Amino acid sequence: MIRSLHIAAKDLKAEFRTKQMLNSMVIFSLLVIVIFSVSFGDLLGDSETVSQLAPGVLWIAFTFAGMLGLSRSFASELENGCLEGLKLCPVDRSAIYTGKAISNVVIMFLVELITIPLFAVMFNYNIQGLLGLVVVIVLGTIGFISVGTLLSALTVNTGTRELLLPILLLPIIIPVIIPAVLATGKILVNGDISDISGELRLLLVYDIIFFVIAQLVFEYAIGD
Amino acid sequence: MSTNSQKINILSILTAIVMFIAAYMIFFYLPQMRDTSGQLLDSSFKIFYFHLPIAITSYLAFFVVFVASILYLKKGTHNWDVLARSAAEVGSIFALLVLVTGSIWAKATWGWYWVWEPRLTTSLALFLVYLAYLMMRQAIEEPEKRARLSAVFGIVGFASVPLSFLSIRMWRSAHPLMFGPSAQGSSGGLEGTSLQFTLIVNFIAFFLLFATILAYKVKNENLQEEINAKKQALP
Amino acid sequence: MENIVSIKGLSKAFGSHRVLKNIDLDVKKGEFITIFGPNGAGKTTLMRIMSTLVEPSAGSISIDGFNVKDDPVEIRKRIGSISHETYLYSELTAEENLRFFGRMYGMDKNHLDDRVDELIEQVGLEYRSNDRVGTFSRGMKQRLSIARALIHQPPILFLDEPYTGLDQHAASTFESVLRGLDAQNTTKIMISHNIDRSLKMCDRVLILNNGKIVFDKLRHDVGSIDDFKATYESFVHE
Repeated sequence: MIRSLHIAAKDLKAEFRTKQMLNSMVIFSLLVIVIFSVSFGDLLGDSETVSQLAPGVLWIAFTFAGMLGLSRSFASELENGCLEGLKLCPVDRSAIYTGKAISNVVIMFLVELITIPLFAVMFNYNIQGLLGLVVVIVLGTIGFISVGTLLSALTVNTGTRELLLPILLLPIIIPVIIPAVLATGKILVNGDISDISGELRLLLVYDIIFFVIAQLVFEYAIGD
Repeated sequence: MSTNSQKINILSILTAIVMFIAAYMIFFYLPQMRDTSGQLLDSSFKIFYFHLPIAITSYLAFFVVFVASILYLKKGTHNWDVLARSAAEVGSIFALLVLVTGSIWAKATWGWYWVWEPRLTTSLALFLVYLAYLMMRQAIEEPEKRARLSAVFGIVGFASVPLSFLSIRMWRSAHPLMFGPSAQGSSGGLEGTSLQFTLIVNFIAFFLLFATILAYKVKNENLQEEINAKKQALP
Repeated sequence: MENIVSIKGLSKAFGSHRVLKNIDLDVKKGEFITIFGPNGAGKTTLMRIMSTLVEPSAGSISIDGFNVKDDPVEIRKRIGSISHETYLYSELTAEENLRFFGRMYGMDKNHLDDRVDELIEQVGLEYRSNDRVGTFSRGMKQRLSIARALIHQPPILFLDEPYTGLDQHAASTFESVLRGLDAQNTTKIMISHNIDRSLKMCDRVLILNNGKIVFDKLRHDVGSIDDFKATYESFVHE
């Protein structure tokens, strides 16, 4: 576990030095919000419509920005053969996975933190029920990253990783995106966390199942 | 080898016979359906006898992929990879047929080809997962790496299916229902023994069909590899 | 002297392709052996099996008393790897790289501090220790990668084509750093196809061709570089 944290710290240190990935993810996510907001145009005056559309837009922004980050997550380890260097260390393969997942989750949280205020402005939201929103986003992001980190490792050694990652990832994350969108919608309308207990439970189950499976199969995803 | 192809031959003949009986039962043996209010049901309901067995068979196929993937990673024997890939291909065809028969049925019953009904949507998600699986196999050249990485995906993909179903059901119940109670619920006709019997025969027929196609597919893949190995051995 | 590496009946096949065929090899403690061989001879596969990255199809390998199949983690603690890949993170500084890998090897902080300073000095990078590795020349990176491989004081060092990408000058510096290190008691196994440079470094020479060890002699029994090149040709192009 300590070693996973070291791996995550190493990733974050490298990332904050260049901020390449973080910047492109944030800009991408903001662009998605802006483009949707522009293309919906006048619809945004109608709060009924907004509350149906906006949660989906928010999660599309998160998903696509996250995919951008995930596609780089293991690709950066390939430079200078670092992934192999890491595999030569006396650490469990699953610790490498956990470390990578932690750094990816932290970066995602930062992107989300910057995106949400813009989202609130563009879609005329008064964010209420902040606690509920935070819980939904945290659980949704963990689920997304659990699978995403595994698939990022899986596709990194294939010739067409940029093409393959979204194709593999999107169908698998359907069970995260649906409850996350539903719960976000409910929270933004009512702001009551007790309304979304069903969604939260499903997200939690997803997070646990996929984190455990990924731990178990990760060594095969990076083995050779 | 020859006993093996004999077995496959026997299996395919058996499948053909049972398929024929199953189809016959649907069209000629089944009594006409009435719903609870005694009204005569549209004969489009008959597609249900294809639809359900095909759907269950596709789940079975993906379960085979899942188990074969685990065994491949555990044992590293190449045969498990052949089985996983063959079952995935056959299963994808069945999953596609689920969507097609489901749409036809939906059109006849509700007037729309596509209904965001939990089971049908789950089948769509399932189909997409295994389409991705097959895409992935296409994208990787080296046989060993392809086998290993797709086995990982075969496991993850299968685990996502029940969760997809739960989430989709949650999503649908969150919106007002656009249609009445689903057709299976209202028909109330499945209690009749002749109906159950027809359904069971159809299940057997489609399981056999799956087994036959799978056996042929595995045999083909093995022959393909034999050819590749022989080509490699050429100077 | 006792054997630190002992390989018995090792074979490896990828599908129907047999890369290594029934290899036996014993390496004594403190020996520096070099394995020469053409591309596709199975050198890299042998190295990867010894460093626990690939599992053997048959046979057994024990390194410092541990079996590669049963205790890969114990073996990884005991080996250092230098390759033509540097295994260094470009965005981190020299010091951060060493610290990171030191932690991966489970070293405690105080010990690691001393060790990092010591190694940075030994590889002659003390003025660049706080610069990002991305700004280093190929030669500097390769020297730092020696420090990286030795951070946990491994008793065995694997060198996988370490000369690839180095110019004459960088290669000489690399050699003097390697000689000058506290690695004198370290067992070293190198694979290479650069006979000119590698032959003088080692004390035992092997040739691997077509998955088999076809030649195995002590350095002082193989004669000059030209003699050995002739021997090599006779085995590899027959």
